[in-house]
Parts: sequence; C-alpha cells; structure tokens
Amino acid sequence: MEKVITMEKNEVPFEEYLAPGHRACTGCGEMLAVRLIAKTLGDDVIIANATGCVEIVSSPLPTTSWRVPWIHTLFENTSAVASGIEAGMKAMTRKGRYSRKTKVVAMGGDGATADIGIQSLSGALERMHEFIYICFDNEAYMNTGVQRSSATPFGASTTTSPAGKQSIGQMTWKKNLPAIVAAHDIPYVATACPSYPLDMINKVEKAMKVKGPAYIHVLSVCPTGWHSQSNATINLGRLAALTGIFPLYEIEQGRYKLNVDPAQLSPIEEYTKLQGRFRHLPPEVLASIQERVTDEYVKLKKKAAEV
Amino acid sequence: MVKNRVSMEGSLAVAEAAKLARTDVVAAYPITPQTHIVERLAQLVADGELDANYIPVESEHSAMSACLGSSAVGARTFTATAGQGLELMHEVLFVASSSRLPIVMVVANRALSGPLSVWGDHSDVMAARDCGWIQIFAENVQQAFDLVICAFRIGEDPTVLFPVMVNIDGFHLSHVIEPLYLLCQEEVDKFLPPYKYPYALNPDKPVSIGAFGMPNIYTEAKKSQDMALRASKNVILKTWQEFGKLSGRNYLPVETYKVEDAEVLLLTMGSFSETAMIAIDALRERGEKVGLIRLRLWRPFPLEEFQKAVAKAKLIIVLDRALSFGRPTGPVCSEVQAALYPLKTKPEIVSFVGGLGGRDISAATFENIIRNGMEKAKSGRFDELEMIEVRQ
Repeated sequence: MEKVITMEKNEVPFEEYLAPGHRACTGCGEMLAVRLIAKTLGDDVIIANATGCVEIVSSPLPTTSWRVPWIHTLFENTSAVASGIEAGMKAMTRKGRYSRKTKVVAMGGDGATADIGIQSLSGALERMHEFIYICFDNEAYMNTGVQRSSATPFGASTTTSPAGKQSIGQMTWKKNLPAIVAAHDIPYVATACPSYPLDMINKVEKAMKVKGPAYIHVLSVCPTGWHSQSNATINLGRLAALTGIFPLYEIEQGRYKLNVDPAQLSPIEEYTKLQGRFRHLPPEVLASIQERVTDEYVKLKKKAAEV
Repeated sequence: MVKNRVSMEGSLAVAEAAKLARTDVVAAYPITPQTHIVERLAQLVADGELDANYIPVESEHSAMSACLGSSAVGARTFTATAGQGLELMHEVLFVASSSRLPIVMVVANRALSGPLSVWGDHSDVMAARDCGWIQIFAENVQQAFDLVICAFRIGEDPTVLFPVMVNIDGFHLSHVIEPLYLLCQEEVDKFLPPYKYPYALNPDKPVSIGAFGMPNIYTEAKKSQDMALRASKNVILKTWQEFGKLSGRNYLPVETYKVEDAEVLLLTMGSFSETAMIAIDALRERGEKVGLIRLRLWRPFPLEEFQKAVAKAKLIIVLDRALSFGRPTGPVCSEVQAALYPLKTKPEIVSFVGGLGGRDISAATFENIIRNGMEKAKSGRFDELEMIEVRQ
C-alpha cells in the first residue's frame, strides 16, 4: 500500500499568482502544477520560463497570466537567463540598489531541460547559482505536436517515434535527468507530481530554503500527448508513482529519500492501459518494461536505504 | 580636465571603459581574439577594482542569455565575443534587441569557419547585421575606449533602450598597444548616469517580458522596434556631441577624410581606415582628387548623413571585409547601393573585397585599389566585385 506522506504543512496558500483564463488543454497536469507551485513561491519571485507549453498558454501578447515578474526569451537558455537574474540581483544588492530577497526560478519542459537546454542547465548548476529549476516533464515536445524527447518513455508512440510495423515507438529508455542533475552535487533534487499536491508543495518550500541551486522534476500528465482521458490526469500521476514508473523521491545533500513507497508496486499495465501512446505494445514488450521498472525501483530503494 | 595619457592594449582599454562605466555584471565566454578583454575584467573583479559579478558561462549562447537576465533585472551588463561566438549568440541577439535590453557588447571581429581562422575580418558582424542592435565601428584603441563608454549611455537612454555592439577589429585593435587618453572616474560618472531600467523584473511592480505575438500583433511590434531603432540616431548624435565636450574627441555617424573637392571616395570600416588614410595622402600629393569615407555607425544606417557625404563624388570604391556568398556584391557595398539608388544624381560604385581572415592590406594596396577602381569606372566595369590580392 501507499505510504502516508509526511506533511510539514497541510494548507495550500490561498493567493493566486497564475491568473485564470490561460489556454492550456483540458486536464493539463502541467498547469495544475504551475499554479500550485506559483502559490507556494509567493510574490517575491522572478520566473524565467523556457519556450514551451507553459510559456505559450500563459502569455499571448498583450495579455499575461502572470502576477509575478516573468521573462521568457528562448528555448534552451532559461538556466542562463536565471543565472543572469541572480547575478544581477546580487550585484545590485551589494551596491545598495536592491533590498528584497527575491527567489529566482527557472522553468522549462522536458525538451527544454533534458535536450536542448541541458548545457545551460548544467552550466548554471555547476556555477552554483541560487535558483530553483523546475522541469515540467510531459514526456515529449507537446507544444509542437507530440514529438519524442529524451524524456519520452520506452515504447511510447509519438509523432517522431511512431509505432508501426517496424517499430514499437520510442526505442530508448527515458533519460534519468534527476540523476544527471544530482551528479552536479547540488544541495536539493526532488521529483514531484501534482497528483501529490502537498508533497510537491513541501518540496518547493524546501527548495526555497536551500542555499545554492535546487531542482524539482515534475511529472506533468498530458492528455493531449498521452492520449488519455482529461479526467484521468490525477489518477495517472498517482499510478506513475505507485507502479514505480515515476517514483517520488528527494535527494538532500546527496541522501536519497522515497516519498511514496508502496509495499508492493502496482503492475505497469494499470498505468499504460489508460494511455493511447502505449496501446500498441505487445505483452512481451510490456513485460520488458515491467522488468526494467522493477529493477530501477530496487536500485532507488537501495540508495534510499543508504545512510 | 586632467589629461591621462597612457599606452594600453586595445582589449585592456575596452575593459577599462567597462570598469569606469561601473558595470554590474559581466557574462562572457573566452574566444580568441576577445580573450584579453574578459581576462582583464575577471582580474579587475578578483582584485576588487571592479565591483561586479563575473559569470563564467559555459558558452556564448549562455553568455548573451545571462546578459538578458541581468539587464532585465536592472543591472548594467557587459560582454564581449568574436567570430564563432557571435554566431552562437545569434538567436539571442534578436531577443536582446526586441526585449529592449541595453546590453553593451564588444565584438573583436573575427573570420568565420571554415577553414578555421581566429584572425580578423567582418564576416561575424555582417552575419549579425539585422539583429536589431545599434552597431558601431572603432578604428583605433582610443575610439574603442571612448565608444564603449558612449555605448552605455546611448543604449540606456530611456528613449532608446537598445543593446549596443562596438566592433573592434580582432588583433588589429584588440591586440595592439597604442597611446590613448583615459577618462577619470569622476568624468565618467558625470557623463554616464546610473542604469535605471524602466521595465525591470521586480516583485514591486511585476512585468511580463517576452510574451509571444500572434499574427495580429507581430507586425506592429516589429514596426515599433524599427521606428525606435531609427530614432535612436538622434540620441547617438547627441551623446557623441556631449562626449566631445567632455573629451575633446568628436564622433560622427559618417566620418570623412580629405573629401572636400574629392571626386573619388574610398569607403572603409574599422581599423583599416587609418592605413587607407596614408594611401589617400600619397594620392593627394600626386594631385588625385581622392578622399576617404568611413561608416562609424552601421545600424541604424545613417542614411541622410551618408547621402550628404557622398553627394558630390563621382565614384565610390567600397572595400568590404566580408563576402556575401552568391553575392551581387559585398555586404557593405549592397547597403551603399541601396542607400544611393533613390538619388537622381549619384556616384558610380565599384566593389572590392579584401582583408579576409586576418590578411593585411597595406597603404600601397589601398593605392592600387583606388587606381584599379578608377580604371574600372572609366571602362564601365561595374558588374562584378573583385577580390584583391588573391592567388588564382
């Protein structure tokens, strides 16, 4: 069974910093996460947003959904933009021209983070800028029409990894971005999902207290790209954790901790059968995915058991 | 004013100017021949002589991206690059100008690969011509120093708010040691008020920067950007005038040398202009009515000033230091042709390309170019550009 999550705080902030009326798809898990995270970050924040779904649905000129300072420039550079914001604020603070303790937050999708922006992310992490990077991982380039990214799971059919007579869809395993980020020895890395809202909020609060960079990898269920029912979003996020496909954990100062740790993992079919992107997979491929997921989960549990 | 005359390498003079401007943030990535500029700035920060945050980014793309962030938050921001570095920044350059962020960048102009060449020409800046930045060319170390200080004031003017690129020829300016007059901190402080970005990212007054434009608004956004860039010329003129009062050194968008009564004008940009002057002097001594014209301001293109400066000439000989592959002509020459085409009476135009990938052009070669150009004009050969001193 699912282990009860420890809450440090059981109230969601009342204030809204992402105004209603944005243009995300029905059942978008990503904007649900963005809204909750924006609430948690509060008003003393500057957000640098990579090109992608969040940027597009929240900012058609001359309107904006953002009630906090927000900048979008390009696809692959949001960590570098955040570096500049942080450095500029530090210089101005030192020179007496800035007095707030504003949090700098960079946001990007899985393409902006794991693929085109991994260089600028790695650079900003290595330089130890004080910022929170939040990756909203919907497991493909959804904004341009569901093309595969390195974060697309094995077997998923996308428009550039289509299933066909000669193909089972995506032929590579999802890039383990939290592990890559953790290899930078930054103080805080976590995975989260808006299906576990209080866990996600707690993680954002922890990230805000960290000195140095923090990274949160948020699984964002995408009914459009996953070919799932829009009312299944919350359930899919839970199943992702309960099957071990997307485990919820955090790495504080290098120490792993599982936040959702079911005594027995649910079979992956409970998760895959609700999504059109996996519909084509034959039992033997599903079995190999199950094997890999179980192995990876065992490895993660071992890490979490280390003291 | 105390005249502080020193000898200094071009790169160090640029760093000194950025220091005197009290730059808040430097984000830069090393590339030859720009390295001495950023090395010096890093050392100034390390020694506590410049109170700035130096971000040693992992690429030029991130250098310019970090500049976007620091400038948008209200910090005075400087960077420098060259050649491939400018090309890697390319897409970010357009965002800097359309977001109206007054970043100052020095480009130590360098040839583009391949073959790989670290040496100087104008291929890099010409490929970035349409990026919406104010683009200025320096001809010597003194000008590099002066124009960088002016660049901050021009870009940060609340009616301008554009990034400014100061071009200095790689090696020919970046690595040459020349005498120059420095300004003292009090003089620069008086000339350059503190940076106050009116639309800064600040929780006190939240703004959204970089919203996307649908077809019903994109054209209007671009028109207003173009209008603003063209209007910046007035501020550029005024700033250079005031700088002239402060320093005694005057700058104009189009500068001339011995053009009174000149029938033939040679047009150059950057450091080669000073060598060209020697050729003009020699030809003048032999009674040729030749003069030199230099484009200091490349963007916004100083159309009126240029048309006026060349109105009386019969022939303009343009030397480009970059190729436009598949060309009708060199990139500068194309602009010259476009600028003069609407005029009823206009000079004839001959196009040369030379000085690529660090190849020197001597005063004697400039004489040959002028003579050759005059010959071509006499025989009506205007159809092809000619690459000078090239082995067949």
